[in-house]
Amino acid sequence: MFAFIARRLLYLLPVLIAVSLLTFLIASLLPGDLAYVILGDQATPEKVEALRQDMGLDQPVWWRYLGWLGHVLQGDFGRSFRTGQTVLQAVAERLPVSFELMLLAEIAALAIGIPLAIACAVKSGTAFDRFMTGSAFGMLSVPTFLSAILLIYLFAVQLHWLPATGYVPFSEDPIGNLRCFVLPALTLALGEWPVLMRVLRSDMIATLQEDFIAMARAKGLKPSRILLVHALKPSSLTLVTVTGINIGRLIGGTVIVEQIFALPGIGRLLVGAITTRDLIILQGVVLVVAFGYVLMNFIVDMLYAVLDPRIRHGHA
Amino acid sequence: MATLELSVSEDVIVASVQRTRRLGPLFWTATGWMIFVFAVAILAPVLPLPSPTDMDMLERRAPVSALHWLGTDGLGRDELSRLVYGARISLTVGLFAPVIGITIGGALGLLAGYFRGRFETLVVGSMDTLLAFPPLILALAVTAYLGQSIFNLTCILGVLGIPAFMRVARASTLTLARREFVIAAQALGASHARILLRELLPNVALPLVAFFLLGVAVTIVVEGALSFLGLGVPPPISSWGSMIGEGRESLEIAPQLAFIPAIAMFLTVLSFNLVGDTLRALTDPRQGAL
Repeated sequence: MFAFIARRLLYLLPVLIAVSLLTFLIASLLPGDLAYVILGDQATPEKVEALRQDMGLDQPVWWRYLGWLGHVLQGDFGRSFRTGQTVLQAVAERLPVSFELMLLAEIAALAIGIPLAIACAVKSGTAFDRFMTGSAFGMLSVPTFLSAILLIYLFAVQLHWLPATGYVPFSEDPIGNLRCFVLPALTLALGEWPVLMRVLRSDMIATLQEDFIAMARAKGLKPSRILLVHALKPSSLTLVTVTGINIGRLIGGTVIVEQIFALPGIGRLLVGAITTRDLIILQGVVLVVAFGYVLMNFIVDMLYAVLDPRIRHGHA
Repeated sequence: MATLELSVSEDVIVASVQRTRRLGPLFWTATGWMIFVFAVAILAPVLPLPSPTDMDMLERRAPVSALHWLGTDGLGRDELSRLVYGARISLTVGLFAPVIGITIGGALGLLAGYFRGRFETLVVGSMDTLLAFPPLILALAVTAYLGQSIFNLTCILGVLGIPAFMRVARASTLTLARREFVIAAQALGASHARILLRELLPNVALPLVAFFLLGVAVTIVVEGALSFLGLGVPPPISSWGSMIGEGRESLEIAPQLAFIPAIAMFLTVLSFNLVGDTLRALTDPRQGAL
């Protein structure tokens, strides 16, 4: 197991280096000189040249990359030239919001997906099953921003049950905070539950044909007990992995949802940095998110290996 | 990362095998809708539509009428006409981006799966790096630097699609390259180029085309999301995404402005998914994959 983890970690290193290089190159090679952005349209060529020298922009790219990487490795991701805030401060401020959103979304998706999957597996092949599988397929074609405006229209505009946008910190008003998260989390969950349901449903149908289920039935156990205790656990291996992978996928989804519902998370920081052309923040956030994404995938790989010994021993 | 391919066999066989190879009415409805949207988008300049950019400040958010079949938007522009012209943008990006992906990704996957060795390691490694970025965030970051234009957007979304196409092409090439007809061709002294183009490509093309349709659906959604955020196509042009974004502003007084393009987009994405998924299942040799 340790050899396996060590091997995967070793593989992680070149990926992380490549990620940092790509992030840096996006920021430095593409048009739009940072010095011009900072000084604005009225910049004289002399001033731009002075600032370029000051920031080291006249150095060759590879030298600048190494310098930047050195700072990053020491935990210095740079500082916004607009607000003066460091990238780490800005990210640390916004991260809890995004985490809460992703967590609540995943819980909601599981709460919708698991019962439906069990119901479909029990009634597999019936009209109900076909209807639910069809709906799941249809839901996969609904983009996040469509479900968002649909939910806003229903619950905020028509029914006035929940706020359409806005954010209250949890420490100030726990209930209000959760109310803010209901619609955003539900929006993300609507895109996630079909994936979870499809996976669990097919695994569950396979499990229900196993001998030990027939045995449990023969013993006269209650159907609910058979389903929830005997069948659910062995069927949920793939579900666990898919849930993990989805959390990685959700990072992209949160950008849109945070923007629509005006939640001050990482996604809004990113979009804000783009609209104000705050390249340092943009570069830093992309790097942090990409690192998080790579680590998330790494954890999922590990989790998968823990659950399935064949992968650990390289037979898969 | 994510080197572990999850072979999620979606549905355990419910129907009998004989029934599975027939394409249902749903498939043909979806195909019909796709053809209809394409026809309308291509013929847009010929159709008797009002201009999509002419504003009529007296007729703002007008309801459905004989003059404006779907009403007008917040600036008094004809909604139907904007919908049709929006389809042109959404479909242009939605089609051409996967074309970039299928060409480059397909070629890389074919070569990697056939030649193996160091080349394969390099290709798979670099694709893994590209996959290490959350796609939407990479798209956002790159458009921010390159500037918003339809061309840039298409290129970025196309590049983001390369890894997926590479994987599909490589996976099918890996299995095909060991089949008898390839070995026979090698024994006959066929050149690498001939084997790749005449023996392997026609067989790899089928799953790639099925995947292409799914790619179109994903691209339309991502383009829509970017335009919805105002970070996709630049303002005077409207795609479905930006129309939904504008419609969101007036959700309370004129919800139809958001919902009409939303329905159009949903139906189109659903059609591409449906047709793509059916074709994928047809080209999947596993029994009962449909």
